[in-house]
Amino acid sequence: MNSFKDAEHLLRVALVFVAATVAFVLVRAVLVPRSFGEYGHYRGNAITEIAAQRVVFAGHQACETCHPDVVTVKNAGKHTGVNCEACHGALATHAADPVTVHPPKLDTAILCVRCHEANDAKPKGFPQVVAKDHSSGLSCETCHQPHSPLVGLGAKP
Amino acid sequence: MKFTRRQMLILLPAAAVAWEAVLARTPEASPNYKVTEHWWGMLVDISKCIGCGNCVRACATENNVPDGYFRTWIERYHVSDDDLANPVVDSPDGGKNGFPPILEPGGKDFFVPKMCNHCADSPCTQVCPVGATFITPDGVVLVDKKYCIGCRYCIQACPYGCRFLNPKTQTAEKCTLCYHRITKGLTTACCEACPTGARQLADLKNPNDPIHAFLRTHDVQVLKPYMATGAKLFYNDLDGSVR
Amino acid sequence: MPVQGYMYPNEVELAWGILIVVYPYVTGLVAGAFILASLERVFHVEAVKPTYRLALLTALAFLLVAPLPLQLHLGHPERSFEMYLTPHRTSAMAMFGFVYLWYLMAVLVLEIWLDYRRDIVLLSQRTNGLKRTFYHVLALGSMNISENALRIDDRVGHVITVVGIPSAFLLHGYVGFIFGSVKANPWWSSPLMPVVFLFSAMVSGIAVVLLLYMFSTWYRKQTIDMRCVDTIARYLFYTFIIDFSLEMLDLVHRIYEADESFRSIDFMVHTRLYLSQIVIQIYIGTLAPIGLLALTQLLKLSEKARKRIYALAGSLVLIGVFAMRWNVVIGGQLFSKSFLGYTTYKIGFVAKEGLVTAIILTLLPFAILWVLVKLLPPWPDRELLPPVGAAATHGDD
Repeated sequence: MNSFKDAEHLLRVALVFVAATVAFVLVRAVLVPRSFGEYGHYRGNAITEIAAQRVVFAGHQACETCHPDVVTVKNAGKHTGVNCEACHGALATHAADPVTVHPPKLDTAILCVRCHEANDAKPKGFPQVVAKDHSSGLSCETCHQPHSPLVGLGAKP
Repeated sequence: MKFTRRQMLILLPAAAVAWEAVLARTPEASPNYKVTEHWWGMLVDISKCIGCGNCVRACATENNVPDGYFRTWIERYHVSDDDLANPVVDSPDGGKNGFPPILEPGGKDFFVPKMCNHCADSPCTQVCPVGATFITPDGVVLVDKKYCIGCRYCIQACPYGCRFLNPKTQTAEKCTLCYHRITKGLTTACCEACPTGARQLADLKNPNDPIHAFLRTHDVQVLKPYMATGAKLFYNDLDGSVR
Repeated sequence: MPVQGYMYPNEVELAWGILIVVYPYVTGLVAGAFILASLERVFHVEAVKPTYRLALLTALAFLLVAPLPLQLHLGHPERSFEMYLTPHRTSAMAMFGFVYLWYLMAVLVLEIWLDYRRDIVLLSQRTNGLKRTFYHVLALGSMNISENALRIDDRVGHVITVVGIPSAFLLHGYVGFIFGSVKANPWWSSPLMPVVFLFSAMVSGIAVVLLLYMFSTWYRKQTIDMRCVDTIARYLFYTFIIDFSLEMLDLVHRIYEADESFRSIDFMVHTRLYLSQIVIQIYIGTLAPIGLLALTQLLKLSEKARKRIYALAGSLVLIGVFAMRWNVVIGGQLFSKSFLGYTTYKIGFVAKEGLVTAIILTLLPFAILWVLVKLLPPWPDRELLPPVGAAATHGDD
């Protein structure tokens, strides 16, 4: 047919487009991760991958398993709500292997001051002092037992 | 710490077993954690925050956050007596090492911890072109760093400034609500490290979670409510000047 | 001083840099050049016909370069195809990937192919070796250039151009929407943003074709068709009036409503953004060219004077529209979302997202265009004669 011959080149273009679309669909079927769309528009496996990240802070329940005596002292004092690793740092490695991995020694000169140095922005009822005026150069644990710090209330260090 | 040998022999294996059990409770390995049973949020009590920076440091330790970038940070506000609308705010290194006791006469000062709000209608997940950031069925907004292309559109779309591009992975990153911890029955690193209980993890779907009683008895707010993001980070005692 | 006042800690470093300024600039030129081409094809503005093919090739050259700044910007360009595999339907950026693809393949390439098909077939018959194979493949192996076939081409081409106009609007309107839909950023968030982007794109595209036509004609020692450039300049003038009005509307609205972001943004525009916004975009890039073009519309000037004014105005326009993209992208990140502070944009020089890269990417389309005009000459004075019975007196340019 005459008119078909004159439009034949358009058919070739259409075929190129169809071929490209088919190729795209095939490539997509291969490349899209299997778990994609499981829960929503994302890779379902991402949830389990993220949840499998290594834990660095053991959490106070782990500490309390082996150190119930400290818990007793703490619960009687003002630091009852302060979790172990808030001062002792991240200790999951110690919880996993208590014999070889030891918690680092703490420096009260830095540690206590971080929370208790006086600052206008801290809540008014929170115990705070100007450190250099408070202790005349003595270290905090001279008078305060860290696990139960209120003098007179806690056990001797 | 003084343990008798007898105590060591009993305690050590018990501790090891207990710890392994904790670590093994991934959503897959443990049938105990079902995503549909939880809807996570967090409560921040401004009246308790002392700006010690424990949370910022703990988060960086737990999640290997690169220096100079913050999954969580603390802001200090100084609101002068006659100008509520224009506070003076600072956050030296995100509050990581506390705050110097700069004293401004008059006015009021307070700390505001900030982090991802894990919005139920988050604008950041809306704009991700490939589906690399999403909200889990239990309400935590996460980033799939194997799928993220690093276009930074989500960083632009977050009204709270909580996202950044990790320079090592070249993918978007932010607070994950310590998803790897909360799915194992632990709390987040920042809540664990907070000495005053200013931060509390909240499971809005758990009827026994103290958040419900708290919300009934206190006045709480979210940041930028007019953005209608469905933020799940609730602040108690939040001043109107907080940005 | 890098940070003034308070920025959220993660905001201090800009997430989108100069490459994200280059990108809307380049796509804008595409849309504008195409709209100019369609003036002749669809609206039968005969006067601009000499620039028709040049405008199409210009659009193609810039469209081919457009993805490059994006690829260089991405943290993982090797994963960028994910946008086509798993596009997130709520993301304007993802949907734009398909708008771009549609516009490139179904509109621009097809229209160029249909318009050039006769030349492609003739060139395949008149060249040898590699070039012959190239044209043969380009023709998709079909050598039919009978009158009927060409008439069909013309009709189909007409339909494509009609479809192409809203497609071009969508192409650059979408880029504007990518910014305009971000509620977190008050400098960007506006329903006017796609419209402003589109009209400034048209202005820049028309200007670049005007300049390219004048330059290439001068370079080839031909005579500039004054009726053509006068018409183009007139359309440039009208489009610019609309564009300027839209930008003024945005400004006035902002100042009048003065919402919570206004003070912070206003301060930024008067300080950190003063040079690029007030001086370069408004004075040099908008008011000066509008004034110059107004002169040519109101006064009867000599041909020489008009040519000089068009060249100057066109160049100022290109600078001004680049500044506009800069002010939107960079400006939107210089102020804090807390409205309490400002940061600075630290641009690298020879870096992946540095100044040198940006300059190369902006110049690259011209290099590509040079190749395109060699392969598919767009010059009206070099029409290839039909093969039947005529001696082949023309080679390629």
